[in-house]
Amino acid sequence: MIEARSIEFKYDNIPAFLIPDIKVKGGDELLILGNSGTGKTTLLNILGGLLKPLKGEVWIDGNALYDLSGRALDKFRGKNIGIVFQKPHILQALTVSENIALPQFFLGKNEPSLVDVYLKELGIFHKKNDHVDTLSEGEAQRVSLARALANQPKVILADEPTASLDDENAKTVINLLKQQAQKLNAALIIVTHDQRIKEVIANRITLKGEII
Amino acid sequence: MTILQLSWKYLKVKPLSTGLNILLLALGLSIITVLILIQDQFENKMNKDAAGVDLVIGAKGSPLQLVLSSVYHIDFPTGNIDMAEAEAVSKNRLIKNTIPMGLGDNYEGHRIVGTNHDYLSLYDVDFSSGKPWEKPFEVILGSKVASQTGFSVGDSFVGSHGIESASHEHDEHPYKVVGILQPKDNVVDQLILTSIESVWYAHDEDVAHEKHEQDVAKTGFPQTEVDREVTSLLVQYRNPIAAVQLPRFINSRSALQAASPSFEISRLFELLGIGISLIQGLALIIIGISGLGIFIALYNSLKERKYDLAVMRSIGASKGQLFLLILLEGLLLTSVGAVFGLMIGHLFVFFLVFTNEQGALSNLRADIFVMQEWWVLGYALMVGILASLIPAWNAYKTDIAKQLTK
Repeated sequence: MIEARSIEFKYDNIPAFLIPDIKVKGGDELLILGNSGTGKTTLLNILGGLLKPLKGEVWIDGNALYDLSGRALDKFRGKNIGIVFQKPHILQALTVSENIALPQFFLGKNEPSLVDVYLKELGIFHKKNDHVDTLSEGEAQRVSLARALANQPKVILADEPTASLDDENAKTVINLLKQQAQKLNAALIIVTHDQRIKEVIANRITLKGEII
Repeated sequence: MTILQLSWKYLKVKPLSTGLNILLLALGLSIITVLILIQDQFENKMNKDAAGVDLVIGAKGSPLQLVLSSVYHIDFPTGNIDMAEAEAVSKNRLIKNTIPMGLGDNYEGHRIVGTNHDYLSLYDVDFSSGKPWEKPFEVILGSKVASQTGFSVGDSFVGSHGIESASHEHDEHPYKVVGILQPKDNVVDQLILTSIESVWYAHDEDVAHEKHEQDVAKTGFPQTEVDREVTSLLVQYRNPIAAVQLPRFINSRSALQAASPSFEISRLFELLGIGISLIQGLALIIIGISGLGIFIALYNSLKERKYDLAVMRSIGASKGQLFLLILLEGLLLTSVGAVFGLMIGHLFVFFLVFTNEQGALSNLRADIFVMQEWWVLGYALMVGILASLIPAWNAYKTDIAKQLTK
């Protein structure tokens, strides 16, 4: 479960946005909609432990995220939060399976069987030992999805995961996200302005970019 | 997987840049390696060969040349001296012992040295077969001469006049091999040793045959009825005062010249020192440039990889792990460079020795590792740390959220 309460954040020279409170239970889904510049990505970064808010608190499974700092926060993030970005951002230097095993490595874990499980579940097992530049756009996004799942997180955050995909791939990726979140009983939060996703997820809020 | 392997994978993605940086560093380090190897062994060898020889007495000329020709057997002798005069000088109360030397002949470039058995004990030789010479024209071979000529005890050969190969041959008096020495890693390895009488008789127009059957002098000066010459004397002092008085006495009072090997060799090293410092400076500049190259390569690749690093942070990597990742890339580059540098250095010395079989460098070895080579590794790692510190610090400071929203 992830919960964000009374978050305030402000960039220099830009007025602060209104950030609503958020609460998503394990197995539930939330769609955060909004046009560009309404603070969607900022919110996602705050939820993901990547950006410390000025005020307020983010709770994940009873842990106050920003009470942790440094290495402890990095570890917590690696273990409990899986993040999918708009672009896959797979590391060019590594093979597909090495990319997916990377979150385990940073935590000091080594479970190759789990890597194989996700390779199979996401239909990219045949690309296991391939280099990243041989992947199609859709395959690459599935690799980044598998990487987000590799530590079996409690929260999955996705930032415009379908924006650069065609209709078919977008549908596949969203379905895979939902399906895997269900399996892990993880809270799934998707930030997007992609109209194609709207129908698939019922629970949604819209950021309007209101200034406090 | 470890951070080290991750670093290596990132280096492998850019084989050209990685390879060039390694090559440049390796070149700089190989020059240092060659210098270390040559200097260390050359000094060692020079000191070893001159051990026990306090002074060399010979004909007037360049003192360095006298030392080089009589002790190291690399230059031409300065000329010959009258044996009677040499004998008179050797009776000086400051002299403990003298070893007469008769030089001037060679066999296929291997110098034939006429001397007595004292020379053998000076270098503490051991025989791998045979025994010392007893009669004229009996010779023993240094280990290198034996292996290069393929001669063994009982074989005979004809010497040529002069100390370089391919000059006029003394065909009427073949030398007979009676002993072969064990390798000692010093100058004796490359010499053909015999009695002074052999050298004399080889040059005489005709010698009464019975002389060839007489035993030669084992110590001191050989017996002779006619005026004879020797090339030089190796002198051992009786006491430290001799070092002060004897050279001056000989140089001023007689037609002879005295030269101290230790003095001449340190003078030689002083002269060579300027050149060595120059090459060292050049090597350091190359190493500096390669360090700069590694810095630029890491710094640039970091710009391209900022996003990668931010992604790594977002999936659980700590700042320290990223710092280590970049630092290890620098260290990997430079330690691979160091290994290649040492290899190239040794290979270069190997070829140098290979192509200089009878020169001054012929006794160097490429398969020796000296302690200073650890310094080469140390230099390399220091360059690696210096070059990667700033990029690693930048990686450490990566602002994840900012980088990911770009």
